[in-house]
Amino acid sequence: MRKAGAAGAIVQPQRRHLAATVVRLTGSFVVSLAVTFVGLTAVTFLISRLTKIDPVLAVVGDKATKAAYDNAYHALGLDQSPLVQYGIYLKRLLIGDFGMSVLTSRPVLTDLVRVFPATFELATIATVIGVLLGVPAGVLAAARKGRWQDHVIRVVGLFGYSVPVFWLGLVGLFVFYGKLGWVAGTGRLDVFYDDEVTLRTGVILIDSALDGNWEIFANAFSHLILPASILGYFSLAYVARMTRSFMIDQLGQEYVTAARVKGCSFWRAVWRHAFPNIMVPLITVIGLSYASLLEGAVLTETVFAWPGLGLYITRALFNSDMNAVLGGTVLVGSVFIAINQFSDLLYKLFDPRLRTR
Amino acid sequence: MLKALKYALAAGALLVLSPHAMAATPADTLVIAKQIDDIISLDPAEAYELSGIEVIANTYDRIMRFEPTDITKLVGGVAESVTVSDDGKTFTFKIRPSQKFASGDPITATDAAFSLQRVIKLEKTPVFLLSQLGWTKDNVDKLITAPDESTLKVTITANFAPTLVYALLGSVVGSVVDMKVVMAHEANGDMGNAWLKTKSAGSGAYVLKSWTPNDSVVLEANPAYRGGLAKLKRVFIRHVPEASAQRLALEKGDVDIAENLTPDQVTAIGSNKDVKVTTVPQALLYYIGLNLKTKELQDPRVRQALRHLVDYDGMAGSFLKGAEQVHQSFWASGFWASYDDNPYKFDPTKAKELLTAAGYPNGFSIDLDAPNFAPFANMAQSVQSTMAQGGIKVNIVPAEMKPLLTKYRARQHQMLMVYWGPDYMDPHTNADGFVTNTDNSDGAAGHPLAWRNAWQDTTFTAAVAAAASERDEEKRKQDYIDLQKKVLDQGPYIIMFQSTSQRADRASVQGFVQGPSADVTYYNLTTK
Repeated sequence: MRKAGAAGAIVQPQRRHLAATVVRLTGSFVVSLAVTFVGLTAVTFLISRLTKIDPVLAVVGDKATKAAYDNAYHALGLDQSPLVQYGIYLKRLLIGDFGMSVLTSRPVLTDLVRVFPATFELATIATVIGVLLGVPAGVLAAARKGRWQDHVIRVVGLFGYSVPVFWLGLVGLFVFYGKLGWVAGTGRLDVFYDDEVTLRTGVILIDSALDGNWEIFANAFSHLILPASILGYFSLAYVARMTRSFMIDQLGQEYVTAARVKGCSFWRAVWRHAFPNIMVPLITVIGLSYASLLEGAVLTETVFAWPGLGLYITRALFNSDMNAVLGGTVLVGSVFIAINQFSDLLYKLFDPRLRTR
Repeated sequence: MLKALKYALAAGALLVLSPHAMAATPADTLVIAKQIDDIISLDPAEAYELSGIEVIANTYDRIMRFEPTDITKLVGGVAESVTVSDDGKTFTFKIRPSQKFASGDPITATDAAFSLQRVIKLEKTPVFLLSQLGWTKDNVDKLITAPDESTLKVTITANFAPTLVYALLGSVVGSVVDMKVVMAHEANGDMGNAWLKTKSAGSGAYVLKSWTPNDSVVLEANPAYRGGLAKLKRVFIRHVPEASAQRLALEKGDVDIAENLTPDQVTAIGSNKDVKVTTVPQALLYYIGLNLKTKELQDPRVRQALRHLVDYDGMAGSFLKGAEQVHQSFWASGFWASYDDNPYKFDPTKAKELLTAAGYPNGFSIDLDAPNFAPFANMAQSVQSTMAQGGIKVNIVPAEMKPLLTKYRARQHQMLMVYWGPDYMDPHTNADGFVTNTDNSDGAAGHPLAWRNAWQDTTFTAAVAAAASERDEEKRKQDYIDLQKKVLDQGPYIIMFQSTSQRADRASVQGFVQGPSADVTYYNLTTK
């Protein structure tokens, strides 16, 4: 924060430069998005052709008559050639029409607008937890390499890596909800508050705060904190491990030794000299971890009855609900591209060498 | 920066640690934890998923119905009486006077006729329930009429006994929809189907307030319901996929009822005095289909041998305990005309004799397709190990349900394990499903179970039709029992179990009505 402001205040042209960068990035975002989604939809479409699931079954069930089956077959457009179907899909997509989901009986776009905020909320808090704890833990492990702090952090990280999330979720629920009663149970809100939030963004924490309804905010937080902590734990494990290895690399560099020789304290050398240099790779790591959480975490969403993107896409896949699968894939693709572009922008903020390019 | 972080962490800790408002559900709301992700439509002319049918049973009244106050008798619902013509083909229903839909519109014979015609014209999944009466898009306007506002006249062309016709009009497609409301939302000639998928327009005990896929269904009491205002004003059904999460929520008092507990969860509840478990036998059957396109399975003696190579009691007494009971014929125990003897026992010696007689003294290898989740996965393993004792080498092919059914419908399996639920409360539904096969060619239009297993017995098929049209109730009952015995002996099925539902309620919950199927599960008499 401070860095960007200072740079802007001193050199006026830099700001213009930044604006140009933003424009260029937006342009490249749109182009990447277009290319990616043509690729994504093509691949997804191809895969849907190769699966052994009959998409009509999802609509009519197992007991339908031939006429009912044929009706649905026709309504899904399956009597056209795959290429024509794909063309029609792309054409509709261009005008923002993702088609109808056969499983939810509503437009895919409406579904995505409903399920994505739930996942967004979960992934964001999880990432915040992962970063706030994972980065200091990684730095500490590197600074105390080979000593007990390092071992403890490694074991904690290893546990986070190797324990099935499903199990951890259930145990978490059992302990913190069932036994201790510190947090609320499954779902996003207590039944009491159903329908009391005006949905604007779909992110309940934001919406309840906008309403100034802190009771609902607290309830939503109480529902959110456990699944977010569990996802955050996995993110923490990954972030801490990567931070540690980046940091060990930097601490071995000559400039750190030089700083120490000049009388700089150890921790000052770590945080003021070495840390800024691991920012760029760290941003990549955090961005990737965040993006993978935004895809939706199916198992966590299942355990916590969290109506998010992961459950939505998985169920669509198992039932061959192609519009929903394609819509979800396009959304996930866009999220990945957006986070990549955003990381690029952050590189430029944190690495002065990249700014002048 | 560090200070701010400290404050933020402290605030977060406070929020988390502050005692969570002690869980209890709102006093006027029944909260149910249930797996409801099977719902894809709530239009009674289209819905054919168990959770959806359960919601519809509570939001619509039907022409005939099992009343919440007595779910053992099929009686008039929207209709108060019926007379049958001498030839048994024309049924004249008298509609109850001064009933109203939730919208306030009066319920008339026109609505009832429209509702039935709509099922035929929309031609969605459950259309087969009514089309078997001989109704088609072309004749339905003539065969179903409302000569006046209180008279519904329906004529069938099929040869069906009146009890069977009543059972069909008491199934989900007998739900009476509010014609005025539905047609006001018609788009592209869909008779309001797109709109009604996510709404309700009926006269049941409740009105659908919202359905959020994978999340919840919310119902509100309908003040116009002819059975009186529901005791609890609201029903909130929350989608909780995990059985253990359902149990936790129930034990904490965050829900009043948990509907999908597994045997291990029921055991875990143990002696908790705040919770009570109710066991209700269901009409769902678990079976293995034996495809006669597999050479070895064509000999009836081989099929009998395989039926002797399943450890029914072993499974029912261990991992299926409480969730399923042994039942071997095609119509579930506890229903009119069921055949409750279970003659097949696990007996490898007898199986080997039969296999030797059939020319397979050393057995053979065979594929068994099975769903890749509990309890099927465990059942498949048990079958694999017991069949091995008879020399049959079973290769389990696990799959998700949809690809499994796709394969089954294309009859590309050898053995396939799955379940079957009846479509309405009359044995004809299962007799027809398990036995009738009028065209065994690969290109046949219908795919009943007998066709899927490439089994065609014209005598049996004729016997099913004869039983359906038998007007002497006692004789009809005997017909079904005879059929069940014969299929048990010769059919291409190993029917193993009938499911039982284990529902757990908070101790204070009273009056929840759960019948043998989703069709007869009612919320309106529940108190807590």
